[in-house]
Amino acid sequence: MTHPTKTASSRTTPLRVVVDLNRCQGYAQCCYAAPGAFEVRGHEILFYDPAPPRARRGEIERAVQACPVRAISLQADDGETP
Amino acid sequence: MSEDTLFSEVLDRANRADPYPIYARLRENPVSPQRDGSVVVSTHAAIRSLIFDPRLSSEDLPPSHRPPTGNPLKDWLLNPIKDRIATAHRPLIFRDPPDHDTLRSVVMREFTVARVLALKQRVVRDVDALIDACRGRDEVCLVEDLFYPLPVAVICDMLGVPEVDEPQFQRWATQLATALEPDARHDEASRHKTVAAFDAISGYMRALIREKRRRPGPDMLSALANPITTKPGPGGKAAMGDFDLISTAILLLVAGHETTVNLITNGMLTLLRHPHELDRLRADPERAPRVIEELLRYEPPVHFRTRKALGTIEIAGHTIRKGAPVILLFAAANRDPARFADPDRFDPDREDVQHFGFGGGLHYCMGAPLARIEAEIALVALSRRLIAPRLLADPPPYRPGASLRGPERLGIGINGIAARST
Amino acid sequence: MSAAADAGIVVVGASLAGLRGAEALRRNGYAGRLTLIGNEPYRPYDRPPLSKHVLSGELAPDASELPQLVALDADWRLGHAAVGLDRVARTIRLADGAVLAYDRLLIATGAQARHWPAASGGALANIFTLRGRDDAARLRAALAQGPRRVLIVGAGLIGCEAASCCRDLGLPVTLLDPNPTPLARSLGTWIGGVIAECLKDSGVAFHPGARVLRFEGDASGRVVRADLADGRTIEADLVIVALGATRATDWLRDAGLMADAGGVTCDGACRVLAADGTTCPDIYAAGDVARWPNSLYGGRLVSVEHWGNAVAQGAHAARNMLAPAEDQHRYDHLPAFWSSQFGINIKAVGLSEGADSVAIVQGSRASRRFLAVYGRAGRSIAAVSFDQARWLPAYAEAIMAGSHHPPIRDASDQGRFATMEPGFPPPRAASHADEARHV
Repeated sequence: MTHPTKTASSRTTPLRVVVDLNRCQGYAQCCYAAPGAFEVRGHEILFYDPAPPRARRGEIERAVQACPVRAISLQADDGETP
Repeated sequence: MSEDTLFSEVLDRANRADPYPIYARLRENPVSPQRDGSVVVSTHAAIRSLIFDPRLSSEDLPPSHRPPTGNPLKDWLLNPIKDRIATAHRPLIFRDPPDHDTLRSVVMREFTVARVLALKQRVVRDVDALIDACRGRDEVCLVEDLFYPLPVAVICDMLGVPEVDEPQFQRWATQLATALEPDARHDEASRHKTVAAFDAISGYMRALIREKRRRPGPDMLSALANPITTKPGPGGKAAMGDFDLISTAILLLVAGHETTVNLITNGMLTLLRHPHELDRLRADPERAPRVIEELLRYEPPVHFRTRKALGTIEIAGHTIRKGAPVILLFAAANRDPARFADPDRFDPDREDVQHFGFGGGLHYCMGAPLARIEAEIALVALSRRLIAPRLLADPPPYRPGASLRGPERLGIGINGIAARST
Repeated sequence: MSAAADAGIVVVGASLAGLRGAEALRRNGYAGRLTLIGNEPYRPYDRPPLSKHVLSGELAPDASELPQLVALDADWRLGHAAVGLDRVARTIRLADGAVLAYDRLLIATGAQARHWPAASGGALANIFTLRGRDDAARLRAALAQGPRRVLIVGAGLIGCEAASCCRDLGLPVTLLDPNPTPLARSLGTWIGGVIAECLKDSGVAFHPGARVLRFEGDASGRVVRADLADGRTIEADLVIVALGATRATDWLRDAGLMADAGGVTCDGACRVLAADGTTCPDIYAAGDVARWPNSLYGGRLVSVEHWGNAVAQGAHAARNMLAPAEDQHRYDHLPAFWSSQFGINIKAVGLSEGADSVAIVQGSRASRRFLAVYGRAGRSIAAVSFDQARWLPAYAEAIMAGSHHPPIRDASDQGRFATMEPGFPPPRAASHADEARHV
C-alpha cells in the first residue's frame, strides 16, 4: 500500500459515499432518489450505504442533487484511489 | 417607489414576468419592513435562519368566515359551524407543531417510496400520450395542450380519485390555490369563490372517504381512511380524524397542482431561453437532476410564503416585532449574490445549489419527490420529442399569482413531433 | 526552489481531518508535493458507522472508506506510523525507519482508545476496545459467535451505541458506569436519565455508580468475569472497554511542542505552539488531536473529538497553511455531534461543560422527543436534541450569539420552561484541559 497506484474507477470497486449527519435534517429526499442506498429509521435517523454498487451511480447522484442541505458527498470519478 | 412599498410592486401584475430586479432591491435590506406592517425577508442567510426558528408560525390564515346568505338557518347555525370546523381543521401547511407533526407524519407514512415510484410509469405514459396528441401541429401551448392536466391526474391516481372526476378537481384546485396569494386573500369575491369550491370539494371528499371505507383500494386515501390501528408512539396519534383527512386530501391536490405545472413550464421556458442547455439535456438526459435543481433555484414554482412572528425576533441586525406577518421571499434568496456566484445566470453545472425551491424547514414540500419525477420525465421528453422548438412570445403571459408564479400560456413553435424514445 | 520547498506539505494522520485537510490544500490551489502518512494500512475511512452498523453486521468493516472529493495526487505512506518529529531538521521519522522531510506539516493523528491495563486483566482474550476498523471487525466477529453476556464498561456515546447494537442482536448486555446515568459527562444526568430509561426498556442491565477493579479469565485466558469495587462480580464472556480516548501525541514526545495526552496545543489559527509557547509557523494541527483557544467559549483551550470538527478544522488549517502570516483566520467552531441509539437520533451543539442549568425548550422529556438547552451563568452554551433536530440550527445560532438562557421564547410547541440542574459529575481527578469527549 505504500506505493501509490492510480487506477481508473474500475467496475468492481463500489462508489464511496459519506453523509454529513450534523447537516442532515431528515428531509428524506435521498430515500426517494436512491431507495436502496438511503433509508430513514425511526423519526429521523438516516441509515445509508457508504459503498453502494457502481451501477447505482445515477441514483446516488440524484440523491446528492436532491438533498436540500447538501449533506451527501460522492467521490468524483476523477478522485484518485490511493 | 419607496422601500416600504416594494412588496406591493412584487404583487403588481406588471412585474410578473420579471420580478427579480425588485427582489434585488429588497435584498439590500435583508429584513425589509413594509408600510402595511409586514416584513419581507429576502436574503439566503436570513431565510435559512428563519425556517428553523420556532417563533415563526404558519397559522397566519385568517379564520374562515362565510358571507351572509340571507337564509337565517345558514347564517346563524350551519355556516358558523362550518367556519369553526374549517378554522380548526386547516390544512397542515397552515398549522404549527405539535398538530402539524401528527398530521404530516400520518401522511408521510403513506407517501411511501414504493407509492411514489409506482407513479413513475404512469407519468411516462401520460407525458408520451400528451405529446403524441400534438402530432401534426406546428404550434403547441405547453400549459393548455400539455401539462395543465398532468399533475392533477397523478395526484388523483395516488389518492384514488376516479379518472372521470379529474376535470372537476382541476377546477377546484385552481380556485383553491388562490388562497395562497395575499391579494386574493383580501379580495372578497375571490374569497367567496374559494369558500364555495372548498365546500364542494369537501362534500366530494366526504363521500369518497365513505366509499374508500366500503371498498378500500390500494390508493393512499384508502390507506389513510382505514388506518391499521397500531399503538400510537409517544406524542403521536395513529390516525387522523375525518375533518383533518379531508383538509389534508384537499391540500395534497391543491399544493401539487399549479406548483408542478409551474416547475415544468418555467423549466421549459428557461431551457428555450438557454438553447445550449436544452441541447445538452437532449444529448444527455442524465443531466436532468442538475437541470431541475438549478431550475428550482432560478425559477422556483413558489416565490414566497407568509408566516407570523409569535415573538420578537432579532435577525441580521433587525427586529421583527411580535405579531408581524413575515414574508419569506424564497425566490429572492435563490438569487442572493452572497450565496450564489453570478446568481442571475442559469447554470446547471453549479455546485452546491442549496435552494429554497421547495421551501425549507418543517414545511418543506411533501410532494417534492413526485414533482422532481414529473419534471424530469416531462423536460427530458420535451427536449427529445419537440423538433426545433422556439418561443412564440417572450415573455409569455403569466397567471395572476405572484407566489405561485408561472405562465398562463406558453406557446411553442415546432417543426413536428419526434417518435417516442423508448 | 530550496530543498525544503521540494519536500512539500506532509500530513501526518490519514483519517478524516487529514483527508479533508489534504483536499482543502488542493482545492485552495496548492500544487506542490503532498504526502499523507497513516499508521493503519487503510485508506481514510469513516468511523461513526463502526459502532453502529458494522457492529450490527449491516455493513462490512471495510464499507466505510471515505470518498475523496478532489483529486489529491498525493504520496500515501499507509501502514507506517510516524514515531518522531525533528522540528529543526524538518523531518519525520516513520516506524519502518524512513525519514521524510517536510516544508510544512499538518498534524492530524487523532486519538486512540483507552485500553484496560494488562495488570488488572486487560490482556485477557475477548476484551475489546472500539476505535478503528480492525477493532470493529474483531468485535463484530466475536459478537457473531453469540456470547452469553456482553459487558460494556463505560456508558458514553460509544458504550451506549454498542449496547444498543448488542440488544438489536438479541445479546444479553450489562453496562457499567461510575456515574448515576449514561452520557453523564456529555449531557448531564438529567438528560442522561432519558437514555437510562431506554436502556431499561430495551433490556440492558445498567449498573450506575459501578467501577471495575479487574477482569478475571478462565484457564484458556479468556475473560469470564469482572470484579467490581463494591464487591460484586459480573459474569461476562465478552467485554467492551469504552472509556474514551487519549490523543495520539506519543510520537511528539521529544519534539519540543506543547503536547501531552490531552492534545497538541495550537493558537487560534491552528498553528502549533512550541513548549516555550512560541508559534511554530510551519506546523499546524487539526481534528481530535488539536487543542486550541475557542473564542466562542472565552478563549478556553478545548479539543473536540467529533466528526464535524475534523472536517472543519482540517479544511481551516489547510487554508491557513497556504495563506501569508497576516491572513491566517481564527478558527471559531461551534462543536457538534450526533449519535443514534435505541432508535433515537441525538444531535448536540456547543460545549455543555460547566453548565449550571438545563431547560427543555421544545417538545417534552416524557415523549423522548425534545430539545434541551444548557446554560452557564445565564447564557446559553449548548443544546441537545432527541428526535427534534429540525430546530437545532436556531438554537445553535442563539448559542453562537451568546443569548440568555433559556433562549427563544414565545415559540410554537413550547411548554412552560422549567430550568433544572443538569447534573454533571465533578471533573475527573486526572482530567486534562477541557475536552469535549465521548465519555
